[in-house]
Amino acid sequence: MTTPVLSVRDLVVEIPTRRGVLRPVDRVSFDIAAGEILGVVGESGAGKSMTGNAVIGLLDPPARIARGEVLLSGQPIQNIGREALRRLRGKRMGMIFQDPLTSLNPLLTVGEQLTETILEHMPVGNAEARRRAIAALEEVGIPAAAARIDSYPHEFSGGMRQRVVIALALCAEPDLVIADEPTTALDVSVQAQIVALLKRLCRERGVAVMLVTHDMGVIAEAADRVAVMYAGRLAEIGPVREVLTAARHPYTAGLMASTPLAGHGRRRLRQIPGAMPRLGALPPGCAFHPRCDRAEARCRQDPTPRVEDCGGRAACWFPLAAPADRQEAGA
Amino acid sequence: MSTLVSVRGLTRVFDVSKPWLNRVLERQPKALLTAVSDVSFEVAENSVYALVGESGSGKSTIGKIVVGLLRPSGGQVEIAGVDLATETDGARTASMRAEVQMIFQDPYASLNPRWRVRDIVNEPVRARGGETAGLAERLLEQVGLAAEDADRFPHEFSGGQRQRICIARALASGPRLIVCDEPTSALDVSVQAQVLNLMSDLREDLGLTYLFISHDLTVVQHMADTIGVLYLGRLVEEAPRDRLFEAPKHPYTRMLFDAAPRMDGFGREIDPPKGEIPDPINPPSGCAFHPRCPLATERCKRERPEMRTLGATRVACHLAE
Repeated sequence: MTTPVLSVRDLVVEIPTRRGVLRPVDRVSFDIAAGEILGVVGESGAGKSMTGNAVIGLLDPPARIARGEVLLSGQPIQNIGREALRRLRGKRMGMIFQDPLTSLNPLLTVGEQLTETILEHMPVGNAEARRRAIAALEEVGIPAAAARIDSYPHEFSGGMRQRVVIALALCAEPDLVIADEPTTALDVSVQAQIVALLKRLCRERGVAVMLVTHDMGVIAEAADRVAVMYAGRLAEIGPVREVLTAARHPYTAGLMASTPLAGHGRRRLRQIPGAMPRLGALPPGCAFHPRCDRAEARCRQDPTPRVEDCGGRAACWFPLAAPADRQEAGA
Repeated sequence: MSTLVSVRGLTRVFDVSKPWLNRVLERQPKALLTAVSDVSFEVAENSVYALVGESGSGKSTIGKIVVGLLRPSGGQVEIAGVDLATETDGARTASMRAEVQMIFQDPYASLNPRWRVRDIVNEPVRARGGETAGLAERLLEQVGLAAEDADRFPHEFSGGQRQRICIARALASGPRLIVCDEPTSALDVSVQAQVLNLMSDLREDLGLTYLFISHDLTVVQHMADTIGVLYLGRLVEEAPRDRLFEAPKHPYTRMLFDAAPRMDGFGREIDPPKGEIPDPINPPSGCAFHPRCPLATERCKRERPEMRTLGATRVACHLAE
C-alpha cells in the first residue's frame, strides 16, 4: 500500500487553563490517501476544526499538540518549527476557510494575492506567476479571469470569493487541502457549485482533501470516507455509505435519526437527549455515555475507547450490530 | 379551515442610496432595493406556512412586516382581519400585537444578557400590564426546562436551551401566530431535532399557527403544511408540501431541489446550477429568474409572469403546466 498523503496518529491537542488542562482533540488517528476526500463531521465544539488547525500548524497558543504524530507523506511535521511549517503551508498543504471575505486581504487585488503565493513557493518569474494565477482562476470557474484578476475581493460575490480562496489554496499545487466549512456561508445553489468544484479538483489533481463540515448532506455527496467526532474524540470512521446508512456508534446513529430526511414527511424526529458536554466537564468513561441508551457499567468506568481498541470502525464497547445482509467493508 | 393571515400585493422597497451630497457630486440616481415585490399568500389557522428561499429572497423582510417590525411600501397584511399598518383603533392593534409573536434565528443575540430568564419570559405580558405570577415557571416547564431556571441568566444556557427560552417568551402573551425566522439554523442537528419536536408539540397542544422562514429544505419539508418559494423578492411557487416536493412546477424550485445536498446522495454527480442570484437593485427584466433558467424564452425576458393556479399549486412561470 502506498503511503497516505496525511497520516494522523494518536493526536492530542491540549489547552492549559487556570482550571486545568482541556483536551479539545483526544487521541485521534486517521489517514487520507491521494485523491481521497475525508469528511469530518460533528457538532459545534466536537474538535473538528481544531483537528484541521493542528494538522496544518495553525493552533492558536496556548493550544498545542501535546502528543501524537502528524505525518505528511510519511514525514513528521508536528514539531518542525514555525519557519519550516510556513514553507510547507501553501506549497504542500492548502487551507480553505469558512468565510471567504475574512480569508482574503481586502487591500490587495486577487491577482496580487495569488502571485504572492506562487512566487513564494514556485521557482518562476513575475510574468509566469501571473499567467499561472490566471490559469488558477480559470480552473476554479471564474469567468473572464484575465480581466478579473486585477479586481479586489469586495468586487466579487460570495460564491466567486470562495472560488478565489480555493484557487489560492491550490495555486502552489499542494498535496493536501484542508477545507473548513467551505460552503457553510453560501446559498444552496452556490454550495452545489463549490462542492462540485472541490470534487473535480480532487479527482483531476489527486489532492487529498480533509473536508470539515456539520452538513451531513454535503458529506454524503462529496466524501469517500467520513470521520465522526464527538467531544474531541473520534466516534466512528469508515466509508461514507456504510457509516451513514449503517452506523455502528450510537452517537452516529442518533445523529442520523435526528436529521430531517427528505421524503419522510412529518415523522417525529428521534432526538438525542441532552447536549454535548463542555470540555471542562467531560464525564468519566465514554464521553457519550450520559446520552447513550446502550451505556453499561464499563462505559462509565473505562476510559473512552479509541476506534483501534474496539476492533471495528466505531469507538464503542457495545457497537450497534451490522445488518446481516451487509458485508463489512473497509473497516 | 379559516384564514388567519392574509398577505395581498405586499411590496417593500428600501432606499440604499448613498448620502445626498455624494449623489449630487457623482451624478448618481437614487438606488432602490425592492426586497419584496407583489407577494400574496394566505396562511390557514393552525397550519404551518413555510417561506423558503436563498439569501436576498425577501423571506425575513416578509416576516418582519407580518409582525409589524417593518411597514410595507405597498399592499396589506391582515391578521384575523386587522391590518397593523393602517388600523386606527389602538385597542385592536394592542390585542393583535399580543397575538403575534416572533422567534429569531440567533438565540445568543435575542436574549438580554443582563436580565434573568424570568424577566425575559414575563416581559411581553408585563409590558401590557398583565398578571405574571408563576407565568415564567409554568412556561419554562412547558418548553422542557425547569422552573428553577427562571432565576438564572441567559449565559448559563446552551444554544438549544436558549432557543427554548425564546419559545417560552413567544408563548407568554398567548399568541395565535408565531413568526419563526430560521429558528434552528444556529443549532446543531441533534439539538435542532429537540427544538423542532417541541415546536410541533406546542402547535398541536395550543393550536398555534406558524409562519416558518427557512433556507433549509429538509427542515421545511419536515415542518410545513404549505410552502411558498421566494426568488429575489417574488413568490415564484406555492403548493401543499407533498405536492411541491413531488411535482415542483417552477424551474427555480426544481433547481433548488436538485442543488440541495442529499443524505442519500452518495457520490452523486450533479450538474450544478448556473450563475448566482442577480443584483436586487437592478433585477432582470421580465421574470427575475430568466438569466439562469434553462427554459427561458423571449417572452420571459419581457413580461413578468402572473401567478397562475394549476390544481393545488400556484406558480409564476409562463411555461409551467
